[in-house]
Amino acid sequence: MNLKLKIWRQKDPNTRGKFVNYRLRDISADSSFLEMLDVLNEELISKGEEPVVYDHDCREGICGACGLYINGRPHGPDSLITVCQLHMRKFKDGDTIVIEPWRARAFPIIRDLMVNRNAFDALIQEGGYVSVNTGSAPDANAILVKKEHADLSMDAAACIGCGACVAACKNASAMLFVGAKISQLALLPQGKIESNRRVMDMVAKMDELGFGNCTNTGACEAECPKGITLTNIARLNREYYKATF
Amino acid sequence: MSSIFTSSLGKKLLMSLAGIFLIIFLLVHMGINLLIVIFDDPMVYNKAAHIMSTNILIKIFEIILFGGFLLHMIYALILQIQNWVARPNRYNKANYSNTSFFSKFMIHTALITLVFLVIHMMDFYLKAKFGHAAEVIVDGKAYHDFASEIIDKFKMLPFVIFYIAAFVFLGFHLVHGFQSAFKTLGMDHKKYTPVVQFLAIIYSTIIVGGFSFIPVYIYFL
Amino acid sequence: MVKLNSRIPDGPLAEKWSNYKSNQNLVNPANKRKLDVIVIGTGLAGASAAASLAEMGFKVKSFCYQDSPRRAHSIAAQGGINAAKNYQNDGDSIYRLFYDTIKGGDYRSREANVYRLAEVSNEIIDQCVAQGVPFAREYGGTLDNRSFGGALVSRTFYARGQTGQQLLLGAYQAQARQVKKGNIEMYPRMEMYNLVMVDGKARGIIGRDVITGKLERFSAHAVVLASGGYGNVFFLSTMAMGANASAAWQCYKKGALFGNPCFVQIHPTCIPVHGEAQSKLTLMSESLRNDGRIWVPKKKEDAEGLQKGTLRGGDIPEEDRDYYLERRYPAFGNLVPRDVASRAAKERCDAGYGVNSTGLAVFLDFKDAIERLGKDVIEAKYGNLFQMYEKITDHNPYKVPMMIYPAIHYSMGGIWVDYELHSTIPGLFATGESNFSDHGANRLGASALMQGLADGYFVLPYTIQNYLADEINTPRFKTDIPEFEEAEKEVREQLEKLMAIRGTMSVDTLHKKLGKIMWDGVGMARNKEGLLKAREEIRKLKEVFWFDLKIPGKIDDLNGELQKASRLADFIELGELMAMDALIREESCGGHFREEYQTEEGEALRDDKNMTFVAAWEYKGEDKDPALHKENLDFKYIEVKQRNYK
Repeated sequence: MNLKLKIWRQKDPNTRGKFVNYRLRDISADSSFLEMLDVLNEELISKGEEPVVYDHDCREGICGACGLYINGRPHGPDSLITVCQLHMRKFKDGDTIVIEPWRARAFPIIRDLMVNRNAFDALIQEGGYVSVNTGSAPDANAILVKKEHADLSMDAAACIGCGACVAACKNASAMLFVGAKISQLALLPQGKIESNRRVMDMVAKMDELGFGNCTNTGACEAECPKGITLTNIARLNREYYKATF
Repeated sequence: MSSIFTSSLGKKLLMSLAGIFLIIFLLVHMGINLLIVIFDDPMVYNKAAHIMSTNILIKIFEIILFGGFLLHMIYALILQIQNWVARPNRYNKANYSNTSFFSKFMIHTALITLVFLVIHMMDFYLKAKFGHAAEVIVDGKAYHDFASEIIDKFKMLPFVIFYIAAFVFLGFHLVHGFQSAFKTLGMDHKKYTPVVQFLAIIYSTIIVGGFSFIPVYIYFL
Repeated sequence: MVKLNSRIPDGPLAEKWSNYKSNQNLVNPANKRKLDVIVIGTGLAGASAAASLAEMGFKVKSFCYQDSPRRAHSIAAQGGINAAKNYQNDGDSIYRLFYDTIKGGDYRSREANVYRLAEVSNEIIDQCVAQGVPFAREYGGTLDNRSFGGALVSRTFYARGQTGQQLLLGAYQAQARQVKKGNIEMYPRMEMYNLVMVDGKARGIIGRDVITGKLERFSAHAVVLASGGYGNVFFLSTMAMGANASAAWQCYKKGALFGNPCFVQIHPTCIPVHGEAQSKLTLMSESLRNDGRIWVPKKKEDAEGLQKGTLRGGDIPEEDRDYYLERRYPAFGNLVPRDVASRAAKERCDAGYGVNSTGLAVFLDFKDAIERLGKDVIEAKYGNLFQMYEKITDHNPYKVPMMIYPAIHYSMGGIWVDYELHSTIPGLFATGESNFSDHGANRLGASALMQGLADGYFVLPYTIQNYLADEINTPRFKTDIPEFEEAEKEVREQLEKLMAIRGTMSVDTLHKKLGKIMWDGVGMARNKEGLLKAREEIRKLKEVFWFDLKIPGKIDDLNGELQKASRLADFIELGELMAMDALIREESCGGHFREEYQTEEGEALRDDKNMTFVAAWEYKGEDKDPALHKENLDFKYIEVKQRNYK
């Protein structure tokens, strides 16, 4: 298929970016979206131009490195997948594809389509863990967990930290990300012990980092490649009130 | 505790509480308004309005109500500004995600409602308070004759249209606001959340329908 | 002259590790604060080691090339993690796990190491549960297990199909906690380009900031490699795009021996290559082979029809289908080990019976299973895998047979280490997939996660102290000494040399060529002639690389092509070493299959008399052949047998 690409190019965080148009010919419908970009980059290199910069690594939808805003949707026109799992058969011959980076104050652009998501690491550092030192754990079956809770916890833990929730949210809010981690740990007896401190610290950090506020719009849920639901934001709220009052 | 007033989640909590309070108030307000069309005697409404403007308990309630409005608006404004700041550079291509439609326009529907509210206050509430309204004497007691005034107003087509339009926008605001408030309060359940979402639509329809029924009824009377 | 000493502690097998721990040197808490450790990589081994060392009080500097430590490729492991808990009461024990791992590795690993691995496996599960890893549970609240290839017991713990992700996030979070406490300095997007040696000891690294392109110096009292495997030497593999061998390769060039480089694992059930632009291969869980039947057509003309697209799998009648695994291995059928299944698929495709347009695919058919068990049962078991397959290929596996083909998946070889995970360079340790590991010639399913975490949580934090105890008097030192100067200069010169080539070929073009050479010559089935040819071709490719490579952009800037070129330069050299190692290993074992050494039925034929050793290679300089050292493997507690799956 032949395609017209409109890609955001930006030299560095302080330079103004702009869209640049490219044309690609004979792309296989079986190619993944990133393989299509590989082809573009190979063409750019052969012309001596600098390739389009974007993050990607595992290319099987689990590392969370890739993330592009394609035609108005994070991770493109399919649900429950990351960009690397998106295939070109989702597009038609002759389509124009607009590719932008994640846009949020907390995710500054590094170059082109690559953004800095260190804010997510900073959030986890604030309490997204259970304080247990290596070697001090009791026997694994000494801690019993209700199967339903383990399953819900796993639902929340499936987050890959790609940032699509922030990118999709009209307020650039990180509450789905924070809610998922709070939920995962609050649902397990191991995590309950320090749940109050965790939620207070993580929420304070989230505000400090400049993320917006949730308006329960649900764009995050709609675009999350791992299907993490708004339920986790509701639980975040509950955990927060529990810790506050 | 103090973080309730400063943190994102705290501010959202206050906003949703104020919102739920206003949701209840709207029902009461609508009930009183409907008196005008339910009873042929305009004095039923005038008496109710009289109680509303003189009773000491209602006066206290009024202060709380204003507080609720202010809280809802001020925090909405703060949160909205933070939300805008959180994304300094907009996307070129508008978001295409599959989301609840009305939630995207909360600030817009809110502003329209606010404009209506300001007109409403100047036109009606202040008159009632500071006595420029016409009076009617029943059993030796003077009442503001709001009923006649309302009936006069609702005979004017532009006013009717404006009034109904304002409530339709408020309805859009309520469809999302109603269920969003519950989520913000942390209430989310596999079974009950769809019920709340259904109730949100029922409630909004009742509010829009109830309030709009009055001008329509009067206009065509 | 390097002398290999595996430093296996005395005493009976089951007591070696506790004896070691009782007698090793320790560092007291006040001194720990004065000692710095560099950890390269943040996968299971790296993150768990960094977290554990920091908890103990050491000052850790942690590096990864990704934008966040959470992205390391351990995250992609699906199936599970083994441990000898015996929660299922099915007779499991530490000895049994040890035995299965040695046997699965085709008797090419070290007894003492593997026993220790089995021993600490139980503690790993305890640790991960305490961290909040949401393992699958029974209704009673206890942990659930599943069974995996190569074992007669259910000992695999899992978190849906994302066990690697959950374990990694557990370690990542433990690490995050220490970052917050100030015990770990985290350096994401910082890639190691050189090892700095001072007085013969590993004392630091030269890193390159991926964003700015600046070279930076970092000093420490010890350097721990946890940089993963080298499967990407084949270009197409199930590895992450950025996974590379460069950190390990720099260490090799500084004198660390490289063990068993030719041992790589090939996974039989991956989604086949679709075309030239393909960048990576996706693994489908091995569990599919429980119900799927693997076949190719019996008739050549049917296969040709499939390749041309004039026929579909469903068009071929039952009697014309060749269920070759069931035919060749009636006892194990479709459940033979990974290496056997992979080779059988290659054999059929090489004979011209491949079933897709490239001729490099076989069918994995669920028709019988769906008829027998019903679609619902199959959906409950494999629903997510079927969905993933359909997303990628656009074929509905409920209706048409899946197509699969083997792909490079894991590298058993790596930096040679002794019992203490200490390389032949004092102060340089290697953990997880980056060391030559406990898996011998073949790794069992669900054992990679076990080894990475065993090394990181429970082995290295102890053994490194035995070395650091002698370093307490070495003060923190500045990086403006000549050794750092020199190491940085080496890197700069190498990068400048790369930038100066100004040829015509992109890095990926050359990398694909290397991948083809490796896959054809040093892949699933090897022979002397092919290996010699591959070695020759790699040398030629190296010349082309240094003559005709094209890198746009600048040297001191974000430059992905330069980054990839630098990695490819190392892969080319590693590829040659793999070919040499495969040449000298004149036997077939595990993932290494030499066509000259097979039984009459075409099965792998080991040479236990002459080949029971670890091949450890020593770098001798540019354009010189490396020197081979042999560490003989001594099996005292296990009887060495021929594997048989008939």
